[in-house]
Amino acid sequence: MSQRAPLLDAFLSALVALGLFAPMVGLETTVGVHGIVLVPRPLAVAALVGAVFVLRLAVRLWQARRPPAPAGAGAVRIGRAWAGMGRFLVPVLLAAALLMPWVASRATIDLGVLLLTYVMLGWGLNIVVGLAGLLDLGYVAFYAVGAYAYALIAENTGLGFWSCLPAAGALAALWGITLGFPVLRLRGDYLAIVTLAFGEIIRIVLLNWVSLTGGPNGIAGIPRPTLFGLRFTMTDDPGTFAGFFHLVPSPVQRQMFLYYIILALALLTNWVTLRLRRQPLGRVWEALREDEIACRSLGINITTTKLTAFAVGACFGGFAGAFFATRQGFISPESFTFMESATVLAIVVLGGMGSQLGVVLATLIMIGAPEMFRALADYRMLIFGLALVVMMVLRPRGLVTERKPSVTLGRGAAAIPAALIAEGHG
Amino acid sequence: MAAAEALLEVRGLGMRFGGIVALDDVSFTARRGEITAVIGPNGAGKTTAFNCITGFYRPSAGSLQLTHADGRGFALAAMPGHLIARRARVARTFQNIRLFAGMTVLENLLVAQHVPLMAATGLGVLAILGLGRYRAAERHAIAKARLWLERTDLLARADDPAGALPYGAQRRLEIARAMCTDPVLLCLDEPAAGLNPRETAALDALLRGIRDEGCSLLLIEHDMGMVMRVSDHIIVLDHGRKLGDGTPAEIRADPRVIAAYLGEDEEDADHLAPADAP
Repeated sequence: MSQRAPLLDAFLSALVALGLFAPMVGLETTVGVHGIVLVPRPLAVAALVGAVFVLRLAVRLWQARRPPAPAGAGAVRIGRAWAGMGRFLVPVLLAAALLMPWVASRATIDLGVLLLTYVMLGWGLNIVVGLAGLLDLGYVAFYAVGAYAYALIAENTGLGFWSCLPAAGALAALWGITLGFPVLRLRGDYLAIVTLAFGEIIRIVLLNWVSLTGGPNGIAGIPRPTLFGLRFTMTDDPGTFAGFFHLVPSPVQRQMFLYYIILALALLTNWVTLRLRRQPLGRVWEALREDEIACRSLGINITTTKLTAFAVGACFGGFAGAFFATRQGFISPESFTFMESATVLAIVVLGGMGSQLGVVLATLIMIGAPEMFRALADYRMLIFGLALVVMMVLRPRGLVTERKPSVTLGRGAAAIPAALIAEGHG
Repeated sequence: MAAAEALLEVRGLGMRFGGIVALDDVSFTARRGEITAVIGPNGAGKTTAFNCITGFYRPSAGSLQLTHADGRGFALAAMPGHLIARRARVARTFQNIRLFAGMTVLENLLVAQHVPLMAATGLGVLAILGLGRYRAAERHAIAKARLWLERTDLLARADDPAGALPYGAQRRLEIARAMCTDPVLLCLDEPAAGLNPRETAALDALLRGIRDEGCSLLLIEHDMGMVMRVSDHIIVLDHGRKLGDGTPAEIRADPRVIAAYLGEDEEDADHLAPADAP
């Protein structure tokens, strides 16, 4: 490398910094006597640009002194560490999830419910995106269908949560198939755009079909779940949980109940996915992600295979939606925006596509960390952005990238490295 | 060779892409229990013919009639691609190897047996609950996979990702995967490409073994030595038309074939062509 290259690079970085900071930092808007006035702040800009120049130069000089590491070596090392850790990380996480409500505060249980909802959504979407390799940007649609299905059925028939739950899942699965049909021939970007539009269509229909959904006012008074008919209320009538077990009624009881419902639903999602992965259906989803044309040459019906992936993924989204409705007691289209789809997809991608443990870790990072560090206010978004950049550099394929073979010939098989695994193309 | 009856009858096969004629009125017969080779220079339409037979293209003209040993007939040109593999039992490999690279060798062979395995899972529901006859079906499938791994010399690598295998092993795995679908006709698109002489000799033996067990083969290959060694029947294509058809000895002696493909001088080819033109 020539002596001048680091200098030139640092200069270019400083130039980019100047372009960015001159309007963003250099011009401060303050309220003056005659309205808003712009106050130039050249010193602040100069300080920032100077800092970028010095830091960039330092980084380049440090890189130049060090022999270049083979690409991806660091990632492989971290990957092995994860794989080893996974073995006891799973029981630890599970035990923590089971015991947490007994020791934690109400706010923490609430956070746990939120986290588990996203874990469940992540696991549901993981079937579609991670296993079958179909990029779905409209997953929130199934969440919404499940929530509204439960709310409307409960409102119109008086049935409870547990009777409506299968219906909510089935309706979401039906919509999954409905979405699946038109997009079967689409791949990659085109599939992503159509699923994105589908998510928006569902939301806009919910917003405008006022006679059925109440439009922007949403649906209120959604019935709460019961434990074998026992209600969770602040009284101790015989029909309530507290009354039946002769306990002092407390809101924590209902919260813990909700927590264990979503934990059970999430674990059900995980269990079904893990079982399916070791069976023909799950294996053929992965084969579809690897090579669609080869699948066809083996007599596999690609249409039904894709539809099952959409349907199963949507069904779990529907379960999660029904839980969301019963937990909140109130739903409106505002809860089902594109941001939700994007967040769940980010969880799946950050976790490492197809990895169940990855989804849990990614949820802790994506949802848990911002909630925990609320005290840092706006800085947490800055840290979040920084964390994303670090991720892209160190682990571009997600936290857990290795794939475990679904079947072996007896001897223990090594995990399959990410470099060999296809990401799907549609 | 047993009394050779027709397995696949190709009649007047035509395929055009817009104004480009890839295949024009090609007719030939592949007989049961034989290895039929399709040869021809690059761009002759060999792979296009394969894609028509295996349902990846719908032919613009002509008919493809496949007859099983029990007399059942299949009009391949009208069947959806996956049913050609499933019902008519035509399997294929690809010129550019198409394995499930991120899955293990064994998993590749189990995906090939998806159709019978899926039938044993009771729409997937029973198997999730651990009920039904899925376990027995899977044991059976693994036994079959093991058989083909032994025959293709891949048993030691059964649990390795397919994408990590050396090139020759990937070619063999693709054949093993195709054979796991129990085909009556196996279409191989340049199986010897990129193999060393020792691997090619092993491939010869493997293909003969497959033929002798009752699965007929259709073979596209540029390695003339191999084609002449293993083929029972050779079809020559050039520029989308059939140029010749016969036993290896006949093909070797056909001046038009020599001119078009086996490397006659340009000048001699010009000299030969008018004499043989109809």
